[in-house]
Amino acid sequence: MAQHTRKGAKEQALTANRLIDGVVVYLTADGKLSESLQDAEVAEGKEAAEALLTRATPFVDANEIIEPYLFAVELEDGRIRAVSVRETIRQAGPTVRLDLGKQAELADVHG
Amino acid sequence: MYRYDEFDHSLVKERVEQFRGQVARRLDGDITEDEFKPIRLMNGLYLQLHAYMLRVAVPYGTLSSKQLRKLADIARKYDRGYGHFTTRQNLQYNWPALKDVPAILDELASVEMHCIQTSGNCIRNVTSDQYAGAAKDEVEDPRIISEVIRQWSTFHPEFSFLPRKFKIAVSGTEADRAAIKVHDIGIQIVTNDKGEVGYQVYVGGGLGRTPMIGKKIGDFVPKADLLAYLEAVMRVYNMNGRRDNLYKSRIKILVHEIGAEEMQRQVEEEFAEIRKTGALNLPQDEIDRIKAYFADPAFEDLSDDAAELDAAIAADKGFAHWVKNNTAAHKKPGYAIVNISLKPIGGTPGDCSADQMDAVAALAEKYSFDELRVTHEQNLTLAHVRKADLKAVYDALKAADLATANVNLITDQIACPGLDYCNLANARSIPIAQEISNRFADIERQHDIGELKINTSGCINACGHHHVGHIGILGVDKKGVEYYQVTLGGSADENTAIGDILGPAFTEQEIPDAIEKIVKIYLDTRQDGERFIDTYRRVGIQPFKENVYEAH
Repeated sequence: MAQHTRKGAKEQALTANRLIDGVVVYLTADGKLSESLQDAEVAEGKEAAEALLTRATPFVDANEIIEPYLFAVELEDGRIRAVSVRETIRQAGPTVRLDLGKQAELADVHG
Repeated sequence: MYRYDEFDHSLVKERVEQFRGQVARRLDGDITEDEFKPIRLMNGLYLQLHAYMLRVAVPYGTLSSKQLRKLADIARKYDRGYGHFTTRQNLQYNWPALKDVPAILDELASVEMHCIQTSGNCIRNVTSDQYAGAAKDEVEDPRIISEVIRQWSTFHPEFSFLPRKFKIAVSGTEADRAAIKVHDIGIQIVTNDKGEVGYQVYVGGGLGRTPMIGKKIGDFVPKADLLAYLEAVMRVYNMNGRRDNLYKSRIKILVHEIGAEEMQRQVEEEFAEIRKTGALNLPQDEIDRIKAYFADPAFEDLSDDAAELDAAIAADKGFAHWVKNNTAAHKKPGYAIVNISLKPIGGTPGDCSADQMDAVAALAEKYSFDELRVTHEQNLTLAHVRKADLKAVYDALKAADLATANVNLITDQIACPGLDYCNLANARSIPIAQEISNRFADIERQHDIGELKINTSGCINACGHHHVGHIGILGVDKKGVEYYQVTLGGSADENTAIGDILGPAFTEQEIPDAIEKIVKIYLDTRQDGERFIDTYRRVGIQPFKENVYEAH
């Protein structure tokens, strides 16, 4: 698997796939799951990131999500942007089918 | 064409019911993801970037019109209106929901299809020549033994936990359209001095991280002994294949480490043991029973005279291009093989919309004895079309945006799904293929360049067969940026070769220009009648190295 995040990433968010349909989701600050990266909680620093990862466990145990992991993001003008191409594609949809994926379903998906 | 018997049908039905229960238990939380994952993979269900992906088996690439219509229905009803044909001659849906998969499997089972042997460390779906039963110089229809192998390998308990996945390909002609030498086992159907049909067996071919060309260890395996011989190979692999290291677990590493001679010795020893019992002796009547499934359809006795066709070619340049590139000689006078390109200019290689599937199904039904083939180069084939019907077929394909006349030309590229869809990918493949396709869109120019195969993979696993592209492109990730490494001189036919690395990798923006330079060097260097691969073999990589990287 491609590397999700790199050592020393300052800001990270938590993503996973929803069990029932595989849709990409993000963990929010109020302890919910959202389909939009813009709703994601951004953890700054290693400790906060580890705490964020731990907060995914109940969702895994409740069979709501699978394969949770942290990935690097950056904040730009108050918007959350994925750092890697992989996560940008994951949060938006295939770059070769702009009519599919979140880019077709959510407004302003690229932040 | 092969029809399921009672046994297969109940086997698949039972499997679907089992999976329905397993999905329900997973969704209820009765089983964990760790417990469920191997089960879903055994049913062809992967988790990719945006969603699950379901891989449907198309044994040896053969489909009936009814089956293709069902694939179209499923694409509309449960997916996003399209499917993706792969280098394994399979079809992948990119967006199914887990909750819908049991219903999809039910639908597939209703047309004798399934997702068995499309994942896991088992013998995978057997692949073969898309011209099977139609090629002029065929020794025997390769689908017969492909089907024998399929029946033998499905749920074979001894081979359901191999060190790693295992792929077998079969060719019935000397011209290899099934890339048999880059498979774990490649089978070449041959005749001996007495005119008997038997099999040359190659082992240890493969692409991926460590590309290898298969070594011939069986020179003439008699027909009755084929399964015994294959079982001997599998047994040697099962005993000695590396289970401690994922990267060394394929049979190619075993063959490389112990050498082809030692591999041959061990296989012969095991083969002799298996033959003693005689349990795997293939009875002729069973071969004949399966052979009957692949008997010639009711060909008409036609003249090869094609005055009407010649007139149509003269009247329509587009049709002329299409006939030249997309049709091939058929064994029967008055018939042709039609290749349907799934590589529209600027499109996604291998993608096919539900409407296009319906259009092809209708054409197969009307003009090609109700069946079609999927090719490992991600195109479709109508194997038996009357020459007199070619214009009608072309017109219908054109109406469905399926008449791109580029088969075997520079825009007929293989590309894996890459980072646009795949969880394993490091870089995107499809946009690279699209940019190259747009750059070389001019059909006259494509004709001038001639046969040139560009294969792109988005990671080292090489689903896009980049090692064996005349020009291969491998996507790599360098600190979060996509780069593309180019290889030259690969080939997947009867003269299989692994490409040589050209030099430093290119950015996405640089790739079309780099390909342009490579093509120019070929055009400037080629001698009369030379294809790209011929020129490359004559001059080697040096002229390309020297010129591609030179400053503007």
